[in-house]
Amino acid sequence: MSFSLKLGAVLAGLLGLAVILLTFERPPVETVQTGFRGVALGNIANPRLQPALAAANQLPPMIPRVPSVGPRAGQAYRNVQVLGELGVAEFARTMAAMTAWVSPQQGCNYCHNPANMASDEVYTKVVARRMLQMVARINAEWKPHVLETGVTCYTCHRGNPVPLNVWSENTGPMRGEGFSASSNGQNLASPVVGDSSLPYDPFSRYLDQAANIRVQTPDALPAGNSQGIKEAEFTYGLMMHFSQALGVNCTTCHNSRAFSAWDQSAPQRTNAWHGIRMVRDINHNFIDPLQPLWAANPNGPPGGPQRARLGPHEDPLKVNCTTCHQGVNKPLNGVSMLRDYPELARITNIEAPPPIRQ
Amino acid sequence: MAEYQNIFTRVQVRGPAYVGVPLVRGSSPRDGKPNFAYILGWLGDAQVGPVYLGWLGIISLIFGFAAFEIIGLNMLASVNWDPVQFIRQLPWLALEPPSPAYGLSIPPLAEGGWWLLAGLFLTVSILLWWARTYRRARQLGLGTHVPWAFAAAIWLYLVLGFFRPLLMGSWSEAVPFGIFPHLDWTAAFSLRYGNLFYNPFHMLSIVFLYGSTLLFAMHGATILAAGRFGAEREVEQVIDRGTAHERCAIFWRWTMGFNATFESVHRWLWWFAVLCPLTGGIGILLTGTVVDNWYLWGVKHGIAPAYPEVFRAMPDPLLAPGAAQ
Repeated sequence: MSFSLKLGAVLAGLLGLAVILLTFERPPVETVQTGFRGVALGNIANPRLQPALAAANQLPPMIPRVPSVGPRAGQAYRNVQVLGELGVAEFARTMAAMTAWVSPQQGCNYCHNPANMASDEVYTKVVARRMLQMVARINAEWKPHVLETGVTCYTCHRGNPVPLNVWSENTGPMRGEGFSASSNGQNLASPVVGDSSLPYDPFSRYLDQAANIRVQTPDALPAGNSQGIKEAEFTYGLMMHFSQALGVNCTTCHNSRAFSAWDQSAPQRTNAWHGIRMVRDINHNFIDPLQPLWAANPNGPPGGPQRARLGPHEDPLKVNCTTCHQGVNKPLNGVSMLRDYPELARITNIEAPPPIRQ
Repeated sequence: MAEYQNIFTRVQVRGPAYVGVPLVRGSSPRDGKPNFAYILGWLGDAQVGPVYLGWLGIISLIFGFAAFEIIGLNMLASVNWDPVQFIRQLPWLALEPPSPAYGLSIPPLAEGGWWLLAGLFLTVSILLWWARTYRRARQLGLGTHVPWAFAAAIWLYLVLGFFRPLLMGSWSEAVPFGIFPHLDWTAAFSLRYGNLFYNPFHMLSIVFLYGSTLLFAMHGATILAAGRFGAEREVEQVIDRGTAHERCAIFWRWTMGFNATFESVHRWLWWFAVLCPLTGGIGILLTGTVVDNWYLWGVKHGIAPAYPEVFRAMPDPLLAPGAAQ
C-alpha cells in the first residue's frame, strides 16, 4: 500500500471513531421490564448517568416551620391579595423561601420596592402573585398529574428568576426568501425533538393551542380521519420532547405495537394526558395573560438578570415538560416540597376559568 | 491458479482495452476512451469505459440533474444559503411535499410546488433510464431481467410518491426528499396507520428482503468458497464431475438435502429481490386507502394476540366520566 493510502485509511479510521464516540451513549444500559413478557414495555436507563441526574435534582434546604400565631398577614400588611390568611411569621417564611427559590441573588427587591413593600410598582410582584395562584391551581386542580407531591416555585425556578427550560413560538431560523420552498416547520437538526428532523415547534400547537394529538384511527378501516402523516410527525415531535424531558423512552407509557390503545398503556400515560392539559392551563390562563407586563419590561426589572422575557415573536416564555421535569420522570426525584410549604396549595382566589379536561 | 476466494481479490482482471461488441445500425457512438483503474480492479474489472450514453441517457441525466438541483438549492435556501450549515445539517434537510390544505391541486412553488416539480423531473429521469436499460439489454441480445427488476423498484417509488397520494387525494401524503426526513416520514407513516408490522404485504416484503440477503450470502459464499476450483467459470463446469460446481451442489445437498443449480439460484435471487418492492408497494398502496389502522385490522383478523393485563387498566381519560365538562 502506498503511503497516501495508509494515511487515508488512518484518517478515515479516526473520523469513524470520532463519529462513534461522539454519537452514541456509552453502555451500560439497564432495562426494567414493566409489562407482560414479549411486549417490550419497560424503562431504559444508564446507571452510569443516573447519579449525576439525581444530584442535579436535589431539594434546597428547608426553612424551619414556624407556628401559625399572631395577626394574619392580610390584616397586618396592606395589599396582600394572596396568602393573607397566614400568620405574619409564616408569611415571612414563605416570602423568604420564595426569595431563595426564585431570586437568591437579587433578594426581596427583585419584586418589592424596599421603600414601600406593599406597592405593585415593580411588575415582577404582580407576576409573582399570579404565579402563586398558578401553583395553588396546580396543587388543587391538577392532582391527576402532580398527585400529592405537588409543586412549589422551586420545581421550575431552581434559583433562577426565569426558569431555565422554557419555550416560545419558533418559526425557525432565517431562511432563503422569495419562492424557495418552505419546510413546514421541520427538517432542521433540532435539540427540542431529540436532534431529529421532526417539527421543531410542537409546543405552539399542542401546549399553547389545543390541537389534536391523536392521529390514529380507532377503527381498522378508513372512517373519515383527516389526520395525515404531517400531523403524525408533529405528534411524534411532541412525544420526543416528553421522552427527553422525562429521561424516559416511548415504552414507559406506550405498548409500541398499538401506541393509541389505552387498555394496553401503562398508567403513566394517563398521568401524562392530564399533564398536557395542565400545561395548557398554565400557559393559557397564567402565563399568556401576563404578556403585557413582559412587553413593557422586555429584559426584566432593572436589578434583575438581563434576559429576554419574550420570545422573538413577542409571546411570553412558556412552560413545557422540561420546565419542571428537567430530565427525571418525577421532578426533584419525586420528593414533595409542598409538604413543607402547604400554604402553596391553599390559595383559593385563583381568578381563572375552570380547568379543561378534554 | 488464480486466487479468488477473498472479498478483495489480488487478481487484477486486466486484458487489452476492449470497446465491446459492434453496435447495431442507428446507435449513438460509445463515449470515452477505455482506461484502467487499479483500485477498481480490486473490486471488479479494471477497465473503465467506454460508456454508451445515447439520447435516452443524456435526457435522463439532464432531468435527474434538474431534480437534484431543485432539491439541493431548496435545502441550501432552508439554511439561509449558509454553506457551512448546509454541510453540517445536510442529513436533516429536505424538500417537503405540500401541506394537506392543497390536496391534489398545484401549490405555489414555495408551498410544495418545488416538490412536485422535483418529483416530476426525477420520475422522468428514472423512466428514461429504465428505457435505456431495456434498450441496452435488447441490443446486446440479453433478456430483460435487469430492466424488470429495476421496474419493481420504480413501482415502489411511484406508489410512495404518486399512486398512493393520488388515491389519498393529497400530495401531503408523499415522502419528502431528504435523508433523515424520509426516515422520520417512514416512522410517522407507521405511527399514523396503526403499525405497519401488522400489514401482511409489509410482512411479505420483509420476508423477501431478508430472504434476499440470506440467499445472496449463501450464493456468494458458495461461489467464493469454491473459487479455488474455478467456480467462477460456471458454464464449462455444470456437466462435469469433481468440479467446483458439483462440490457446491453436494455441499448444500449434504447440508440441507436440497440444492439449487447454478442456473436456478439466480432465479431464486431475482424473484426474491423483485418481490421485495412489489409486495412492499402493494402494502403501501393499501395503507390509508383500504386499511386505516393495521393493528386493529390484525386484531380483527386474528393475527394480533391479546396479552394478559399487567397494569391496572386505565380507560381513555377523554371518555372518563366527568371529562367532557
